[in-house]
Amino acid sequence: MSVNENTHQDEDRGFQSGMPNSVLHIDDVHKSFAGLHALSDVDLDVREGETHAIIGPNGAGKSTLLNVCVGRLKPDRGAVVFDGEVLTGKSPHEINQLGVARVFQTPEVFPDLTVLENVMVPALSNRDGHFTLNPFKRFSAERQLREEAEHVLESVGLTAQLTDLSSSMSRGDKRRLELAMGLIQKPRLLLLDEPTAGMARADTNATIDLLKQIKEGGMTKVIIEHDMHVVFSLADRISVLAGGRIIAQGTPEEIKVNPKVKEAYLGEEQV
Amino acid sequence: MLGLEKSDFRLLLLVIVLTLFAPFLLNPFPVDSTMAQFNAGYPDLMQRFVIFGIFAIGFNILFGLTGYLSFGHAAFLGAGSYAAIWMMKLLTMNVIPAIVLSIVVAGLFSLAVGFVSLRRSGIYFSILTLAFAQMSYSLAYSVLTPITGGETGLQPKIDDPRILDSVLAVGQQARANLFGLDMSTSHDLIVGGWAFTFNAGYYVAALLMVISFYISIRIFRSPFGLMLRAIKSNQNRLGYTGVSARPYTLAAFVISGMYAGLAGGLMVAMDTQAGAERMFWTASGEVVLMTILGGAGTLIGPVLGAGMIKYMENIVSKINSTVLEGWFAWMPEIIQDVVVAVVYPFVGKGWHLTLGLVFMLVVIFLPGGLMEGFRRISDRFFGGSRKTDNSTGGTTAPTAAE
Repeated sequence: MSVNENTHQDEDRGFQSGMPNSVLHIDDVHKSFAGLHALSDVDLDVREGETHAIIGPNGAGKSTLLNVCVGRLKPDRGAVVFDGEVLTGKSPHEINQLGVARVFQTPEVFPDLTVLENVMVPALSNRDGHFTLNPFKRFSAERQLREEAEHVLESVGLTAQLTDLSSSMSRGDKRRLELAMGLIQKPRLLLLDEPTAGMARADTNATIDLLKQIKEGGMTKVIIEHDMHVVFSLADRISVLAGGRIIAQGTPEEIKVNPKVKEAYLGEEQV
Repeated sequence: MLGLEKSDFRLLLLVIVLTLFAPFLLNPFPVDSTMAQFNAGYPDLMQRFVIFGIFAIGFNILFGLTGYLSFGHAAFLGAGSYAAIWMMKLLTMNVIPAIVLSIVVAGLFSLAVGFVSLRRSGIYFSILTLAFAQMSYSLAYSVLTPITGGETGLQPKIDDPRILDSVLAVGQQARANLFGLDMSTSHDLIVGGWAFTFNAGYYVAALLMVISFYISIRIFRSPFGLMLRAIKSNQNRLGYTGVSARPYTLAAFVISGMYAGLAGGLMVAMDTQAGAERMFWTASGEVVLMTILGGAGTLIGPVLGAGMIKYMENIVSKINSTVLEGWFAWMPEIIQDVVVAVVYPFVGKGWHLTLGLVFMLVVIFLPGGLMEGFRRISDRFFGGSRKTDNSTGGTTAPTAAE
């Protein structure tokens, strides 16, 4: 097992990435809610281009960790550094503009917009920045972005529903739409919170294939997942979170045989 | 055409035709008939239709698209009115500089109010805007009297400097004009028993309403408009797609404030006076009613809502007991008395009661406003399978003139 050996840096000197090719560096992050330690001293490095899975039992702090990364929660201590930029304290839109996109566990789409418009919102923000005053520009003239959006929607299998309101979609379809909203931005770092939860097995496999394809494109991904089939199909490295602490890190093979992981998370389950 | 999709262009054409022929459409009854009092084609009311149409179109850009419910937009209308009247006092009675200044002043005022109010959303935003508007109203009534004229309000006077206009002769009145064309100039056309009035002021205001409407369509159909709709739909999610909602809401707030300023300026251009009551909270509430009644978030709905409310305010309110007795004269006297007694509370001074009932019925049965009613009717007659985008409102042609 390769143990993360980065040392805690002095805050005055700024946070440096712990590993030479690390793109996301989570540095000694601590977060508690009303006395309950959701995250304790979490150190984590995600390398450029890898798919890094974070697994752990329910309540281990996985979603809290993602929320800290995207600015939804502020850590009590520590910092998140993305490509040399400290994300802690930045607002969600600033973090996204730096190239970090998140796919939510419970689909958080725009219910009153059509499927295509849902994807066009992140596409436009990716191109135009966090605010552009263009009240006289025609939305229908955005042909290139629209084609890109249609292409991404095709890759997640939503071509037939382009003009449907997203509120009328099934939960599984909303998840695919969520994924498309993340992918359209071609982010440098994509944070996926259980992207296949609630999907039928066939859809799950299709999503795995899709994420594998993007992997070839070089996008760095952090994925939280309960489904071990998904984790072991996709992950280059795995971090195991239990009780708010990282108890193990390593390649899928190393994690499979790690006794601590078996004890804390997998239990009797055969991987 | 004009950068619009086909259906939007048709809607714009329809609005142009309706405003152009409004003097005919609103006067369908011969002058001598008993129904003549339902004629709405007189200049004062037609001007109100288009001016409040502009106010509602602007309000709809904020409320209809972003969902931010401002309860203080009358403050911008009032600020626009004061700005216009000062332009008429100091520079010229020509309406163009007055209207331009009213838009600029209302824009700056709404920028300041929006900057503070938009720090909050939901009910807190509404209360903040209401507080600002009431504060403006009170200030206009009291300490700002040197600027606002306090209780008496402001009118152009003979001894105002008006540096661009030549000095008025004694007894001559200062009249709002467009390069010499008096806004109150009217031409009457008598055809048989019918009389139609064509008023210069109305057509100036109507032209500005058509332009306002065109700009509103462009905003609705722009990427900017999409972001505003995304804010209404799920503002929280928007941040995670890299969009900062606040500058968008502020831009929408200022744009709608400028529309309100334009409406305020036009009110002065049509009738050269301004008073603080224009800023009172009921005036802010009225534009909310107009927008919801017609259909918030639809293109044409708010204009219809404005027309309906102004029609009731001016026409239904004029039906008194004598008129009612005339209508029901064919009934036996006892029944006539009963019917008149039953109907009377709903007309004349009771027009608010009728409006309230209509509003309740619309909100309960047609949450999408009058436009939803039209859509349902057209779906029933022309097949219900057609997909309609809630934001368009232009897929269904409005059948009523106002």
